[in-house]
Order: sequence, then structure tokens, then C-alpha cells
Amino acid sequence: MTTARTAAPGDAVRLSGLSKTYGSFTAVHPLDLAVPAGSFFALLGASGCGKTTTLRMIAGLEDPTAGSVALGGQDVTALPPYKRPVNTVFQNYALFPHLDIYENVAFGLRRRGIKSVKQQVGDMLDLVQLGGLARRKPHQLSGGQQQRVAVARALINKPEVLLLDEPLGALDLKLRRQMQLELKRIQTEVGITFIHVTHDQEEAMTMADTVAVMNAGRVEQLGAPADLYENPGSTFVANFLGTSNLIEAEVTGTSGGDVHLVAAGQRLTLPAARCAAEATAGGTVLAGVRPEKIALAHRDDEDAIPEGRNRVPGRIVDSSFIGVSTQYVIDSPVCPELEVFVPNVERDGRLVPGAPVVLHWNPAHTFGLDAAQDIDAGLDADAEEAAHLPAAPGRGGAGKDSAAKDGTAAEAAV
Amino acid sequence: MQTRPMRWLRRNVVVIAGVLALGYLILPNLVVLAFSFNKPKGRYNYTWNHFSTDAWQHPCGVADMCGSLTLSLRLAVYATIGATVLGTMTAFALARYRFRGRAATNMLIFLPMAMPEVVMGASLGTLFLNMRIRFGFWTILIAHIMFCLSFVVVAVKARIMSMDPRLEQAAQDLYATPAQTFLRITLPLAAPGIAAGALLSFALSFDDYIITSFNAGSTVTFPMFVWGSAQRGTPVQVNVIGTAMFVVAVLLVVAGQLVGGRRRGARS
Repeated sequence: MTTARTAAPGDAVRLSGLSKTYGSFTAVHPLDLAVPAGSFFALLGASGCGKTTTLRMIAGLEDPTAGSVALGGQDVTALPPYKRPVNTVFQNYALFPHLDIYENVAFGLRRRGIKSVKQQVGDMLDLVQLGGLARRKPHQLSGGQQQRVAVARALINKPEVLLLDEPLGALDLKLRRQMQLELKRIQTEVGITFIHVTHDQEEAMTMADTVAVMNAGRVEQLGAPADLYENPGSTFVANFLGTSNLIEAEVTGTSGGDVHLVAAGQRLTLPAARCAAEATAGGTVLAGVRPEKIALAHRDDEDAIPEGRNRVPGRIVDSSFIGVSTQYVIDSPVCPELEVFVPNVERDGRLVPGAPVVLHWNPAHTFGLDAAQDIDAGLDADAEEAAHLPAAPGRGGAGKDSAAKDGTAAEAAV
Repeated sequence: MQTRPMRWLRRNVVVIAGVLALGYLILPNLVVLAFSFNKPKGRYNYTWNHFSTDAWQHPCGVADMCGSLTLSLRLAVYATIGATVLGTMTAFALARYRFRGRAATNMLIFLPMAMPEVVMGASLGTLFLNMRIRFGFWTILIAHIMFCLSFVVVAVKARIMSMDPRLEQAAQDLYATPAQTFLRITLPLAAPGIAAGALLSFALSFDDYIITSFNAGSTVTFPMFVWGSAQRGTPVQVNVIGTAMFVVAVLLVVAGQLVGGRRRGARS
């Protein structure tokens, strides 16, 4: 466990046309996905998007309706879970309540007929910093400690892939942050491929090398966190990952790699390379910009704004001070609710609700999306997830398996 | 303003209620205990005569009594084993699988608990009679397993339903075959339910009179012996056996509490 394994060439996991349907409900549409060995891969999406079902199909806990799962180049679709070289960290951990921590961690080794487990269990408990608690029972540990036991219990088997199903969902915010870093450290240390399922976009972006954003049983977009954030390919990704201001605009023409737009009489420019939609003169696109890229000037100072920047007039509706920045909501002719995050470096006392302002930003920070989609897609996804989380860890979901839960949540969301 | 006795009452009302309830439950047993040391004047052991340990020194001094006691214990052990094994399997089937007749089974399993024992005993007796099965040890055993079964199913099923199915999935994920998963995870987790069902079965079988009397023929179990001898005057030895059973039961409960208490103590 101490030496990091060199990443084997090729993919740790390859899904081909993998799908799952329950009666008339399609949980996962045919999915093709390759996860490179040694990477930290996140499946991100709201409740009911099929991410947990996908994970369970990789583990073998769910039979796919069609398609195949290959681990390290070997087709394992027909193998039962206990014959697959993967291990899972379950939501709410699923630690064996009648066994102590030591026996929980040793479980996988013992089942494979390994007699001398003491050294390995000891090393593993040290790795997750639980050396002194070997003889405690799971219920005697705190949530964060239980989480670490669940990780240790899975990792000790040196699986080809470690699957994590919302492993931090039951922890409070501070502990979650701490465990995110901890998991990232462990992954770097052992070099095993991690597939992490989560609904928390911040968590996915902090931890993963690659994020696949899932929505309604499909992968909506896949890429490095920064890439997804800067260049969302759909309104769902734009709204689900962070906050986006989306402005419906008409295309007036293109020149020298720029797309020229007009929205409510305001001229805007967008780099053609960052436009995910086809931009033909006379058509409509959604021009998007992140709130932190926008600068705010009082209307009186409009002349001081340099040429060549996208600018939009408006009026401050609401402002909230949150320490590092101030968040403004702006009513503007192009959009009734534009969000702007201004870092608190030099605060302009005139920027109070009711003040006339001009928003301006570098055109290079604008991205373009197809206007034919729902502009609000992915907006409520987080709130919905919170409502569907099991109330009590451990016993809450006793009757239902998580696949069924995904299903009912999706139906409830309709 | 409250007077002092009122305040004392308010503070101790729970304890008083507890002691009263305990007295109500234990008093009959204390009478049985006291009269096991009696040397009755005539045949009836209802009035105190004088202290003697005769009955305790010769517990089997009454003809046929210890024979019927052994029979009842044997019956209880077999019925417990039979009902626990069958009931546990039934509970797993009902809790885990969807099959034809599941709803009906689920409902019918409660029937022996809900039906008057006289009705059940009489109908079973009629059945055996019509099938020309000779009454005796085996007919009693079949009857006992039948009514104990429901209690085991109910106890075990409740336990299984409250178990997190992800624990078994976790075991399979950690390379346990279905058989290993059952032995290492499912069975240990269901054990408290199974134990409760078994204890209940033993107690129910050991002291059943009504159903047994319909299906016993000329065989005499301990409850039947006591009932029969009560007509002619209960021998003191019956009190001895009763007291012994009571003490054993209390010791079992205390031992259980101690084990549970130690486990709880280890938590802190």
C-alpha cells in the first residue's frame, strides 16, 4: 500500500452502451464512458439522474438492461459483485454493526482466504488515521470516523477501481471539506482509480480530475473541472456548475473569430470558439457570463470604462455582503435578474439598491449556448436533492435500495 | 402551596406505580414459593401447616409427575427447534421474496395467534382423528410447532425488515459469496430476532394446556398433570417445580440484562 502503483496504460473502466430501465422508466440511457487508470473521476448530477445506478452497475449490484462493463480490459458484465475487482464506499457507509472496526476492515481479505491480515489492517487503519480505534464498534465512532473506516475497508483490497457513492453526504459542511482533502490525499497516495458519485458540484470540482455531468440518465458533458466551468456546453451544465447569467441575444454577424450579438439594443461580442451553438446572422443564442467576471460601475462613471468591453446598463435590485465579496442582483433590459459578484477590494459607497449601474466584462469571458434549450435547466437541482436525502443515516432507506430511490425521486420531480 | 406529603408523592409516583405493578406480578409466585415449603395436613396444599423441605428433597416423589415433566421439556425443546427453523425460513421468504400466495401466507401466519386456542385444538384433533393418526407425542409436537411458528415468524420478520439491505450488498462487494454473506452478516444480524422467537416458543410450548389436551390421547404433559392433580389435591412437588422454573427464568433474564448492560457500558 505504501508505494503508489504506476498507472497501467489504458482505461480502468470502460462502459459500452450501458443502460438500465425499470419498466417504462429509463434510469440510464445507453452510456459510453472510459475512465483512465489512476484518475479521480466524478459522476455529478442531481438526484434521479442515474449516477448511482451507473455506479451500482459497475459494482455488479445492479444488472444492466443492455451494454457491457469492462474493468482493466476484461468484460465483467456477467460476473457477480463478489467476483469483481472493485470495492464500494456506500452512502451511509454500510459498516457491519456486529463486527468491530478491525474485523470490518479485515472482512474483504478474510473472504479471499488471506490468513495473516494483522499487518495490512494495521497499515490501513494508520493510512486513514484510525490506528487506536481497532476494537471499537462502528456505532461508537463519529460520522467522519465511520466514513474513514468505510474507505479503509474498501481500499485494503487494492481494488482496480474504488467506487464512492455520495460518501460525504451525511457529514456536516466543515467535516465534508476536511474529508474531501483527505480522500484526495489517499487517492494520490495509493494511485487507485476512484469513481466518485456526488450531487455537490463544489465537491466534484475540488476532488476530481475529470467530471461527467449527468442529467436525466445521460452524460451531459465531460471534462476537467475548469474546462466545464469556463465552457459549459448546455444550460444545464452552466446553471448546475456554479451560477451563470444567460442573456438571450440575436446574432448580427461574425468577424475575425468573434460573434456579434444584440440584446435589447445592447451590442455584445462573444468569441466564436466559445460558442456551443451555431451562430448564423438573424438566429438567437444564449450569451452566458459568470457573475465573478462582471465588473460594476456607477452610471456616472460610464465614460471611464475602456472600449471593447461588453457593457449592459441596469439598476441594483439587491445587494448582500458576504465578506470576501458583495453579491448584487441587477435588473437590466437584457435580463431581469443578473447576478454580479464583486470582490471587496475598494467598495464604492454609491452601489446600493436602486442605484443605476453599468455592467461590463471582457468579451473573451462570454460563452454561447443554443437558445433552443430550457434556460432554467439545472437551476433547482440542488434544492431538490436536499429534499430527497434520507432523513436518518443507516436505517432510513432500509426498505428501498438506492436504485429504487433514484427512480422515485425522478418520478417525484416530474 | 403544596403540602410535604403531596410533594413526596409527586416525586415518587413512578416508583410507587412500578412497585405496585411488580407486586401484582410477583405475589402469586411468592405464594407458590412459600407453599413449596409447606407440609399440608390433608391432600390440599391450600392452608399453611408447618415448614418442611420434604418436597424439595424428593421432587420426584409423586408418581408420574417427573415423567410428565421430562416429556414437556422434550416437547418444548423439539417444538422450539422445529418452529425456529421453519419460522426463520418462512420469515426470510416473506420479507425478501415476492411469490404467489405471499399475501395470503402473510395473513394466515397471524391466525394461530388470533384464534381461540380451543377452536384450534379441537379442529386439529378432528383432523388427526379423520386422518387416523394415533394421538401421542408426535401429534402434540405437530400442534406445538404449528402455534409456535407464528410467533417466530413475527419476531424474525420484524428484525429482517429493519435490517439495512446495503449491509449484504457491502458484504458481496467485499468478496463474500451468497453463502458467506448469509452466515457472516445476515444470520448474526437476525440472531436477536431468532433468539426472541425461540425463547417465546419454548415458554409457549412448555405451558400449553388447551391445544395439547385435544391432541394428547393418553399422553400426559406437565400442565395436564398439574390440572389433573388439582382435581384431587395438588402435591407440594408441583410448587417445587413451579418455583424452580420461575427461578431459572429470572436467572436467564438477569443474565441477559447483565450481558446487555456490559455491552452498553463498553460504549461509553
